[in-house]
Amino acid sequence: MSPTALTISGVDKFYGPIDRGVHAVKNLTMEIGKGEIVALLGSSGCGKTSTLRMVAGFEEVSRGAIAVAGRQVHTLPPVRRNVAMAFEGYSLYPPLTVRENMAFALKAARLPRSEVDARVASIAKLLEIEDILERYPSSISGGQQQRASLGRALIREADLHLLDEPMGQLEPQLRAVLRGRIKHFIKERGLTAILVTHDQTEANALADRIAVMEGGVLQQFDTPDRIKERPANLFTGTFVGEPPMNVFEAFVGTAHDRINLRLPDGLSLDYDRNAFSGPVRDQLLSRERVVIGIRPYAVRRSKDGVPATVLANQWLGDQTHIAADFAGGSLVLVEHDRTRLDLGAPIKVSIDPKNLHVFDQASGKAISHGMELA
Amino acid sequence: MEHTSLLERILRGVALTLVVIFFMFPILWIFMMSFQTNETILRIPPQLIFEPTLANYTALITGKLMTAAGTLDIAFMRNLWNSVFLSVTSVAVSLLLGVPAAYAFARHKFRGSEDIAFTLLSFKFAPALLVLLPLTLYFQKLGLANTYFGLIWVYQLICLPLILWIVRGYFEDIPADIEYAYRIGGHSWFATFRKIALPLAGPGIAAAGLLAFIFAWNNFVFALVLASADKQPVTVGALAFITSSGIQYGQISAAIVLSITPTLALALYAQRYLVEGLSLGAVKG
Repeated sequence: MSPTALTISGVDKFYGPIDRGVHAVKNLTMEIGKGEIVALLGSSGCGKTSTLRMVAGFEEVSRGAIAVAGRQVHTLPPVRRNVAMAFEGYSLYPPLTVRENMAFALKAARLPRSEVDARVASIAKLLEIEDILERYPSSISGGQQQRASLGRALIREADLHLLDEPMGQLEPQLRAVLRGRIKHFIKERGLTAILVTHDQTEANALADRIAVMEGGVLQQFDTPDRIKERPANLFTGTFVGEPPMNVFEAFVGTAHDRINLRLPDGLSLDYDRNAFSGPVRDQLLSRERVVIGIRPYAVRRSKDGVPATVLANQWLGDQTHIAADFAGGSLVLVEHDRTRLDLGAPIKVSIDPKNLHVFDQASGKAISHGMELA
Repeated sequence: MEHTSLLERILRGVALTLVVIFFMFPILWIFMMSFQTNETILRIPPQLIFEPTLANYTALITGKLMTAAGTLDIAFMRNLWNSVFLSVTSVAVSLLLGVPAAYAFARHKFRGSEDIAFTLLSFKFAPALLVLLPLTLYFQKLGLANTYFGLIWVYQLICLPLILWIVRGYFEDIPADIEYAYRIGGHSWFATFRKIALPLAGPGIAAAGLLAFIFAWNNFVFALVLASADKQPVTVGALAFITSSGIQYGQISAAIVLSITPTLALALYAQRYLVEGLSLGAVKG
């Protein structure tokens, strides 16, 4: 295992008095290796920015400990933590030009002029802001300010680079290009970066590992692939993935040699016993009720499937999203061809047990993914 | 402007002229009185044409007032100096105390911070006369009555809340992240306060300082009760022109002109920077 860049152990954050205030981050523990890029992914108010700010030192840690590169830092002021940060609101210094803003920390660290100039030039090229280096923050666009702010963080050689929504204001095309370049830049220099984002595409594209947060609790911390294929719980399953995973409550029943997953509205998914692997079947049969999840692109239309009614049909240029009225809820299917289906048309859908995610009905914890136990 | 008709422009000009005359007339009249003797001032009907005299200014500057009843010593220059000294020192002390306090109130929400800030503001609610009586008694016991120190202390009631509340607003308008960005770039909070917060709030601090100066300069009651002749500012000193042989309108006018000159000059000078600083702004990006 590579040396750790950041260790967060049992951290709680309360706004207001401890144990009585707003509990923004709950008993968070995570470890990030040197050279890793980690995305904190979650909706607004999930605690991801609070976490970042505690690491940076702008918010006090209510309980627990934070170590950067092996040094306990949670009681140190930001200046002594050796972390760099790009702020969501850019926070450029208004009286300084873009160049001065970016060179600022390097000058404070007393680097030679030639070195500062060289670094500013290379970062400016990377972020395509060479032509605005002599401008003032108030005279450039939001996207340019954001890149300048990102540049100001990336230019430093810190133990940890914290990037708060670093690309939210950029145009989609530029964003895609910059993602690749920034990832390359970070990897090439062996920097460690934590980015906070609510954009899963960004998290998937940039991060080695994604920490999914919700309600101040770390839901899952894993590689983008595993988060998608093996969501630890219902929240991660439905939060990550576009369009979101379809979920239904189901009663588990057996008849002859078959397993029924009975859905609302009298529908039932009917499988051969042997369609499931032994451990998954045992888990299923030991429960009365479960929640099943199926990714939209894993739902197939077939002649002998379960009936559903088309509610909406959208061709997005490269795929079709079909929403269907199904089992008292709605089911979304993704097909790669341009499907011509009128609203109200009856269809039949089938779900391969290999693509079925099963969650515990009470806790939402994953039980199985396809043929494997969670 | 190019879309306004001629009539509209004429009406606007007339309206503006009326407003300017309304507000400027007293000042203009005082200015004119300051160059006249009591006789010409009190002529009925009043006349716009007169022979200007510098006698009023001479009397003020030399400190010798000639009246029908004889020569009277007046301490106008001394009073003017007292005004300058009291106002400048009070504002300086207030800035020194108020700006860091405003920063603390703006950036750190601690237990009771709002209450303390409000208490400080409430000093401005109480009628000065209500405070004065007990204050005078205390000051006499403490030996602070009729001292510059005591006066400057009391002037804090005028300056400190003003500076505190105005500057606090300016600090609150600076996004905290700008300061965080500076701190994480390797600077202590004190360096951040000096290098980021103070310059960004600069125009606000200047505006608050200027306002506080004007309020301090114009103060009358505190000085009237707490200061004797040699410590009095011009506002109180002007009472000396009401003499047994009549009210010296000419000298009063000249005294007013002389005493508003510093504040006017300061306001005009600072205005340039205030507007510049405020329009530079764009702190919010």
